[in-house]
Amino acid sequence: MPGKLKVKIVAGRHLPVMDRASDLTDAFVEVKFGNTTFKTDVYLKSLNPQWNSEWFKFEVDDEDLQDEPLQITVLDHDTYSANDAIGKVYIDIDPLLYSEAATVISGWFPIYDTIHGIRGEINVVVKVDLFNDLNRFRQSSCGVKFFCTTSIPKCYRAVVIHGFVEELVVNEDPEYQWIDRIRTPRASNEARQRLISLMSGELQRKIGLKVLEMRGNAVVGYLQCFDLEGESGLVVRAIGTACTLDKLSSPATFLPACNSPSKEMKESPLVHPPSHGCRSTHNSPIHTATGSRLTQSFSVSVPTLIYTGMGSGSAGKEGGPFKALLRQQTQSALEQRGGSPHRFCRRREFPFLTLTAFPPGLLVHVGGVVSARSVKLLDRIHNPAFVGIMGNTRSYKLLDWNSFNSDEPETRDAWWAEIRQEIKSHAKALGCHAVVGYSESTSICEEVCILSASGTAAVLSPRFLQEGTVDGSLEQRVEENLPVGCGFCHIPYDELNMPFPAHLTHCYNCRKQKVPDVLFTTIDLPTDAVVIGKGCLIQARLCRLKKKAQAEANATAISNLLPFMEYEVHTQLMNKLKLKGMNALFGLRIQITVGENMLMGLASATGVYLAALPMPGGIQIAGKTPSDGSYEQHISHMQKKINDTIAKNKELYEINPPEVSEEIIGSPIPEPRQRSRLLRSQSESSDEVTELDLSHGKKDAFVLEIDDTDAMEDVHSLLTDVPPPSGFYSCNTEIMPGINNWTSEIQMFTSVRVVRLSSLNLTNQALNKNFNGLCENLLKSLYFKLRSMTPCCLCHVNFTVSLPEDELIQVTVTAVAITFDKNQALQTTKAHAEKSLQRASTDNEELLQFPLELCSDSVPSHAFPAAKEHPESASSNSGTPAAQRAVTVEKASPMGDGNFRNRSAPPCAGSTVGVVKMTPLSFIPGAKITKYLGIINMFFIRETTSLREEGGVSGFLHTFIAEVFAMVRAHVAALGGNAVVSYIMKQCVFMENPSKNQAQCLINVSGDAVVFVRESDLEVMSTQQPAVNCQPTCTGEVTT
Amino acid sequence: MTSELDIFVGNTTLIDEDVYRLWLDGYSVNDAVALRVRSGILEQTGATAGVLQSDTMDHYRTFHMLERLLHAPPKLLHQLIFQIPPSRQALLIERYYTFDEAFVREVLGKKLSKGTKKDLDDISTKTGITLKSCRRQFDNFKRVFKVVEEMRGSLVDNIQQHFLLSDRLARDYAAIVFFANNRFETGKKKLQYLSFGDFAFCAELMIQNWTLGAVGEAPTDPDSQMDDMDVDLDKEFLQDLKELKVLVADKDLLDLHKSLVCTALRGKLSVFSEMETNFKNLSRGLVNVAAKLTHNKDVRDLFVDLVEKFVEPCRSDHWPLSDVRLFLNQYSVSVHSLDGFRHQTLWDRYMGTLRGCLLRLYHD
Repeated sequence: MPGKLKVKIVAGRHLPVMDRASDLTDAFVEVKFGNTTFKTDVYLKSLNPQWNSEWFKFEVDDEDLQDEPLQITVLDHDTYSANDAIGKVYIDIDPLLYSEAATVISGWFPIYDTIHGIRGEINVVVKVDLFNDLNRFRQSSCGVKFFCTTSIPKCYRAVVIHGFVEELVVNEDPEYQWIDRIRTPRASNEARQRLISLMSGELQRKIGLKVLEMRGNAVVGYLQCFDLEGESGLVVRAIGTACTLDKLSSPATFLPACNSPSKEMKESPLVHPPSHGCRSTHNSPIHTATGSRLTQSFSVSVPTLIYTGMGSGSAGKEGGPFKALLRQQTQSALEQRGGSPHRFCRRREFPFLTLTAFPPGLLVHVGGVVSARSVKLLDRIHNPAFVGIMGNTRSYKLLDWNSFNSDEPETRDAWWAEIRQEIKSHAKALGCHAVVGYSESTSICEEVCILSASGTAAVLSPRFLQEGTVDGSLEQRVEENLPVGCGFCHIPYDELNMPFPAHLTHCYNCRKQKVPDVLFTTIDLPTDAVVIGKGCLIQARLCRLKKKAQAEANATAISNLLPFMEYEVHTQLMNKLKLKGMNALFGLRIQITVGENMLMGLASATGVYLAALPMPGGIQIAGKTPSDGSYEQHISHMQKKINDTIAKNKELYEINPPEVSEEIIGSPIPEPRQRSRLLRSQSESSDEVTELDLSHGKKDAFVLEIDDTDAMEDVHSLLTDVPPPSGFYSCNTEIMPGINNWTSEIQMFTSVRVVRLSSLNLTNQALNKNFNGLCENLLKSLYFKLRSMTPCCLCHVNFTVSLPEDELIQVTVTAVAITFDKNQALQTTKAHAEKSLQRASTDNEELLQFPLELCSDSVPSHAFPAAKEHPESASSNSGTPAAQRAVTVEKASPMGDGNFRNRSAPPCAGSTVGVVKMTPLSFIPGAKITKYLGIINMFFIRETTSLREEGGVSGFLHTFIAEVFAMVRAHVAALGGNAVVSYIMKQCVFMENPSKNQAQCLINVSGDAVVFVRESDLEVMSTQQPAVNCQPTCTGEVTT
Repeated sequence: MTSELDIFVGNTTLIDEDVYRLWLDGYSVNDAVALRVRSGILEQTGATAGVLQSDTMDHYRTFHMLERLLHAPPKLLHQLIFQIPPSRQALLIERYYTFDEAFVREVLGKKLSKGTKKDLDDISTKTGITLKSCRRQFDNFKRVFKVVEEMRGSLVDNIQQHFLLSDRLARDYAAIVFFANNRFETGKKKLQYLSFGDFAFCAELMIQNWTLGAVGEAPTDPDSQMDDMDVDLDKEFLQDLKELKVLVADKDLLDLHKSLVCTALRGKLSVFSEMETNFKNLSRGLVNVAAKLTHNKDVRDLFVDLVEKFVEPCRSDHWPLSDVRLFLNQYSVSVHSLDGFRHQTLWDRYMGTLRGCLLRLYHD
């Protein structure tokens, strides 16, 4: 009996009137944990009952503590008939189970009913006493910390990064049980909510166990998802990165907060190869994956190649265009690399990291995006065995709950293992031993399910593989000395044995290593990356009609369409990137959604101009019928429009890279010593540079052939994307490249749109146009709504597409708008410029532009002198000493007017509700996160049978989302926090039946509850008691 | 392609002041969109009409959801669903309870009942204020009235506490409640020249001096029924006012009063002769108004009487306001020198307030 859970019910307020006669309520509360239930007294005739109960004590196993939610039900006492339920509160007590997080949960929780929504609030106090040393208990994993944040959390230091953890749990969906026919919708919804809460608890505990086995103490980048597979069940799965984290001591002496992840790392972590066989990915059979791969390089002649990939037997029906080539390459690439990367792969089954930002020095090279998809049938009618049809490896599995229940997770595991295997081999083909920024997703329509996984193939620092030992390989020595800021762009694969056709050039930054002409990644922009100008959100949108079909036929149709979609999405991305005059994509996320009669593809990424990569060539249009004069004219008109757009975009995003010519030698490496070395390398390879420059003439410009109306449409659609209005920037990464002077105002929002497609005989073109219009309009609406915040940037813009019904398209967007200070930007950059002028006085004027554009990139300029001065730190690869970095970061820190404006705002008189900020980012601008209180992972169902009365579908969903926000905020506040970071709405499933006046919606959200302190308050507080930091009330700041 | 659903939910609830005003003014979404288009917002922001429509709908939906909370403003402060900065909360409440001058003049002093509510159609047509807005304003009056009607303590404080209004707006509502409770007639044609501000000014003076609350300045027993009832006039005081009748009924007293006033004001008034000839009429008018206040009916007609008996005669003789002030001052003060008159404090309580009211009511 390792734990005692104590609960006290204090009071209620704003309860609904349950007794029409008296306009009052006789409320009491049931407190349930596991199978034990306590009740409070009935508080007669009040809408604001004061129960002030005794402490209800539950003596439970810590395993249960992890799995079970605390369930609080508020009821109205009725002497004659059954008591009426007012609503429930589920409290996840997990945050109380680790020592550093919350110690008590205490506060007002909204009382939630799945039919009526929020009905008043209840004040609850929850405490946990743990008796035993937790580490001895293997069934529970109390003490393992979970973070949704996909970087090392701010007040921690990564000691070891152990690697990938995953788990999934399967159960029958209560909505589809026979009993659902006779119980009320409320009972059914509550059963579902409770089950999912239980399953997530169990899943988290199991993942925790794996982490403990790997000798870790935390999971970072924890992503948990639900697959509502309908009749075949409910899958809860999660992936994450196991780490050993160390809490940085004394928060008061922290480095000033920075605006970008992972800068605070004092020491670089070590990737630790688990010496004990970790039990990860439990030995499910691995089937050859069916997938298609994307890398950053595509040429127009590719489509035919897709077919060759497809034919490769079990290798997959939608195998990537270069599949055959890849297979051959994999071997040779691996042989050549040799050494530690191998060790890395051998040691673990899947060398994946869910992180998108890394401690300095960890990320060495980035290969490109690797992705895999596979189409599966969720089928319980067919034979209970794996059946391969048509040479594919699509799996069929009977999901009979009575006889095969225990078998079920294995199947799902196998599916994912397959996909991961595929990803791994893709990464290998790119000469990479690891995959970073890894994520998995599904799209389900009836019995067809598309499983997708994607990540960025990468080479992680080999020295990180073994603790404390320095690998003496010469190759690594060379890599070590590479200048920070461009190293990650250098190709990890062998130039002579490229896995796919790509244009390589010498790095425009260091002039030493080879870089590709474009780079696609799923990660955030590394903090030390040298970027020119600002970034922007780039989206590729695509629809493909599909015949309605059943089962295998449907799955086949989908798998046939997938490669075309991937290809087109990719082409669109590439074209749009070039149109923006940029050469790299970060945070790429491609979502393929399956519906009854169509497939939708939506890719979002943040385009940037990496200084290390060559200037992108333009886009050239070539007509097929040159004889026609007017046609020719039209083509040239279009060409002009495209050229104009490129020029305009370059101006808009301030992309003015230094002219590449031999006169300008040495890219802006401000450190003289460094530069001299570079100069040497420059002269050594100067003739090569000439050669490469030539290769970047007009001839390799991206050529679009306009041979039919389709192509014409495509080109037109390229040009219809309107740039955001002035004062707005947008990106889907954590931070906007090129903006570093955030002020403290943030506004997180969710916007949902559902449109009904008008006609039944839609063409692909019309569909594309509609979808494009939908997304563009949505963005325009956002810009309009948030116009009062300008200048501001929409960060972490996350689009999700679903096809709830035949003619319905649902797009959900979650993002955060952050204000920044234009004037301060000028000052900061000026300071930068002056500094670099002093340091590199020989630099000519054109080069000065370079440091001007650096966001927080003064890091590289400091890094080297520091490393030289302190040889011991150089050998341990600690990157930049903290103190130095602190100085530079502070300059860029957002101490703008916002702070002062907010502080002068009138104090909230009489309001008892503290402000809780929510953001999808891992940081809060202008503030310092002092404590992580635990993960927030909530699942809600809302149903109505009076849709019209609740304001129609919009009114219904608007209220529901507002309620979800409220419940998240209330839980955070009760934990003692004042913000949620890395917030994400993972699911928003909306179903309506207007004719029956009904609607239902399921929402799943997660994030990290934190305590933050304003930077401006931090100084004051450091002189006072540091304990004050934990008080959420200390930040009475005002969001506007 | 038709939009089935279109929502935007911010962690901090977005409030657009312009749209809020349109919503409060009772415009439909389409009218509001049209008005916004006319304001030139599309040109300023480069937005499309569709975007504007969606934005307006969204705000309207939010306001609709907030309206329930605005009916009991403290709820807005304590609720958890909408995260709204305090300054915005205050703005929402203040604007919601703000009323139109034209509207309040129509219902001031009327019983806030269903019957009056039925007349809102006519008021809407007459004032050009949308029916929806009229309803909101009327319901606000009624809601505030219901809450504070039976409450002890200062009317303004009670309103402020329960509706979190600014001081100015709370005072206005106190006037509205006071007028509604005492049913003062304000709609007569001869009262049309008076603004709500005029009445509110008088209401405040009357609340301060003529109500139960006015006597118990230092209540010994805070729970006593007598303590500070601001809504009702002090019945005892009204009864006592009959005693003032002697000022006009007693011929000697009236003559003495007149001579005292005339002596003091000779050469100081531009309308001295008119005053001299009219003195008895004016004095009779003012004292009779006081004497009649025992009857509810006459209380209701207080303002009609004041205008008829004092304002109109003076205005027809073209008294300048400064002369009116001099006259009223002297008229009040001189009573202290009347040896035979014993109700000096009563007179001061009556005349002090009345003088203030009359001066405010005396304009074109």
